[in-house]
Amino acid sequence: MAPLVRISGLKVAFDGTPVLHGIDLDIGKGEAVGLVGESGSGKSVTWLAALGLLPAKAKVAGSVQLDGRELLGAPGAVLDQVRGRRIAMIFQDPASALNPVLTIRRQLCESLALHRALHGEAARIEALRLLDLVGIPDAARRLSAYPHEFSGGQVQRIMIAMALAGQPDLLIADEPTTALDATIQAQILDLLSAVRREFNMAMVLISHDLGVVAENCDRVCVMYAGRIVERAPATRLFDDPWHPYAQGLIGALPPLDGARRRLQAIPGTVPDPRTLPSGCAFAPRCHHAGDDCHAGVPPLAPSEQERAVACLRPQRLPVELAAE
Amino acid sequence: MTTPQVEVQAISRTYRMRSGLFGRPISVRAVDNLSFSIQKGETLGIVGESGSGKSTTGRMVLGLEPPDQGSVHFDGAPIAAPGTAAWCAQRARMQMIFQDPLGALDRRLAVAAQIREPLDIHNIGTKAERDARVHELLRSVDLNDSHGARYPGALSGGQRQRIVLARALATKPDFLVCDEPVSALDVSIQAQVVNLLIDLQARLGLTMLFISHDLRVIRQISSKVAVMYLGRIVEFGDADDLFARPQHPYTQALVSASPAPGRRSSNRIVLTGDPPNPAARPSGCAFHPRCRHATARCAVEVPQLTAPDPQRQVACHLVAGASSQAQDAA
Repeated sequence: MAPLVRISGLKVAFDGTPVLHGIDLDIGKGEAVGLVGESGSGKSVTWLAALGLLPAKAKVAGSVQLDGRELLGAPGAVLDQVRGRRIAMIFQDPASALNPVLTIRRQLCESLALHRALHGEAARIEALRLLDLVGIPDAARRLSAYPHEFSGGQVQRIMIAMALAGQPDLLIADEPTTALDATIQAQILDLLSAVRREFNMAMVLISHDLGVVAENCDRVCVMYAGRIVERAPATRLFDDPWHPYAQGLIGALPPLDGARRRLQAIPGTVPDPRTLPSGCAFAPRCHHAGDDCHAGVPPLAPSEQERAVACLRPQRLPVELAAE
Repeated sequence: MTTPQVEVQAISRTYRMRSGLFGRPISVRAVDNLSFSIQKGETLGIVGESGSGKSTTGRMVLGLEPPDQGSVHFDGAPIAAPGTAAWCAQRARMQMIFQDPLGALDRRLAVAAQIREPLDIHNIGTKAERDARVHELLRSVDLNDSHGARYPGALSGGQRQRIVLARALATKPDFLVCDEPVSALDVSIQAQVVNLLIDLQARLGLTMLFISHDLRVIRQISSKVAVMYLGRIVEFGDADDLFARPQHPYTQALVSASPAPGRRSSNRIVLTGDPPNPAARPSGCAFHPRCRHATARCAVEVPQLTAPDPQRQVACHLVAGASSQAQDAA
C-alpha cells in the first residue's frame, strides 16, 4: 500500500548552513509515528519544511509527497488545500497559536469556513460538536469565551478541536504536552489517542520525551543533528536500542521504579550545525566510535523486522538475549 | 536526635491578587501550614504541579520572602530578617539555583567574574585566594578556565547551569535550594547535571531542598520526598518507597501519569478536571473534585497529615480512616 506521506531526501539549509541532511520517512494511513531527539535535531524543521512553513531564506530540497502528489515547491493554492485540511499541526504553546481578541467560536468557525465551507448555523453546530468532542465542559456557553479564559490544558484541547475542523488525514503534534502538568499531559495524550481511533487519523508525535513517544506511537524515529539515526517499532526500540545515541537517551532517563542506578550521561554536547564533525555526527560523543566512524557518514541501513540503524557498530544484543 | 539542618514549622504565605482591572482583591493562599525538616546531608525532594506552592516554599526557606505565619530555623537558629547583617552571614551558608540559568547570569560579564562575585560580597579570602577558588570551582563542575573567560551567551545550556552551580558553591554553603534546576535541559545534558549534583552532594556533605515537577529526577536525587497539592503536603515519605507504593490518590495519579518507555499503560489513572487553581481552593480536601475515591466527608473536612506507617505520612481521609480501602485503591 502506498504511504499517505512519503518524504525522501529532504534537506534544509539556513544561510548556507545545512540543518537537515536528507530525511527519508514514510507515514502510512492511520499510523502513529514518533520523532524523538534533543533540541536542534531537526524534528520540527522536517515538518515545517514539508508544509512550506519555513521562512523564504531557508533552502529546501528533496521531495515530500502526499498521496503521490508533490508538495515541495507546489503553488500556494495547492498547499492551502493541504495545510489544515489534509495535514493539520498543533504546537507546544497553544496560547500563542490562538488569537487573544477573538472568541473561540469565531476562530473555530473560521477554520470550518476555510476547510469545510461551512457557514452560519451549520458552522456553529459543528463548532459546538468539536468542542464537545475534545472534552470542554459546558461547550455551548464556552464557545463565546476568549482564549485567556481557559486553562493551559483546555487551550490545547481547543487547538486539537481546530486541527480536527478540517478532518485531516494526518495530525502533526509538535511537543503538544511539553508545557502542561503531568496529570494534564495524561489527559491530552488520552484525548489524542481517542480522536485518532475514532477518525482513523495518522499522527506524527514530535517530542523530546521518550516515555510519551513510546506509549503513543507504533513506530519511532530517533533524530540526531539533522538525520534519522534509528528507526524501529516503538516497543522494540525501547527494549533493545541499537544506535549508541538511542541507548544513551534511554540510559539518561532516571528510572521510576526498581534500584537506583547512576545515570548514563552522554558526554559532551550536541554539535553546532555550522561545525559538524566529518563522518558520523555522534562519533565525538560515542564510546564505541572507531577511526572509520570519523571517515564517512553511515547510511540508515535497513535491517530485519522493520528496523534501520545508521551506525557502523550498532550495539545489538546477542541473538539469544534478544530472543528473551 | 541532632538538630536538623533546616526546620520548617507551620509556614503559610498568602498573596493578594485582583482578577481584572476592577475586580475585588482576593487572597490566594500559596502555601498553607507547611511543616518539614531536613537532616544534615539529606536531600528533600518537593514534587507538585504548577500552583502547588513548591517554589514559594523554596523562597521562604531561604528567607527571600518572609512567611506570614510560622517559622524557619536554619541550624537551630531562626532565619534573620532579610537585609540585616545576620541574614547576610546566614545567606552565605545557604544558596539557590533556579531553572533558567541564562536569566540567573549577567550576559555582559565573563562567567568567572560572576563565580567570583559571592566571594567579593562576603569578603572571603585575598585576591589570589579568590582566583584560586574560582579555578577550583570551575574544575569541580567539570569546566576549565577557558570556559570561565567566556560570556554566558557563548556557553551551552548545560554549561550555564554548571556555572550557576559553581557560583552557588563559592561560599561553601551547607544548604542548597534547587528550583527546577534541570527542567530546561535536554535529557542527555540533564543526566550530566543530575550526576554532578549527586557527586557534589556526596563530596561536600550538602543538605538540599530539590524542587521539581519531574518525578524521575526527584526520585533519582532525593532521600525523602514531599508531594504538594495546592499549598499543602499530601504525602511524605522515603523516595523509593513513596513512588513504589503511593498511598494518596493524587500521588497515585501522578506516578501513573508518568510515561515510561517499554510500558504501554492500559490502566493509567487519568484525572478528570482542571489543574488546581489556588485562587479558588475547593473546600475540604483540595483534591476531592478530581479524586476517584472522594466521599462526602472529603468535601467538608480538611484531612491532616497522619502516619499510616512510621516511614510515611499521608493527608487523606481514606488512608487515615481505613487503610484497607486505600490498599484497594492502589
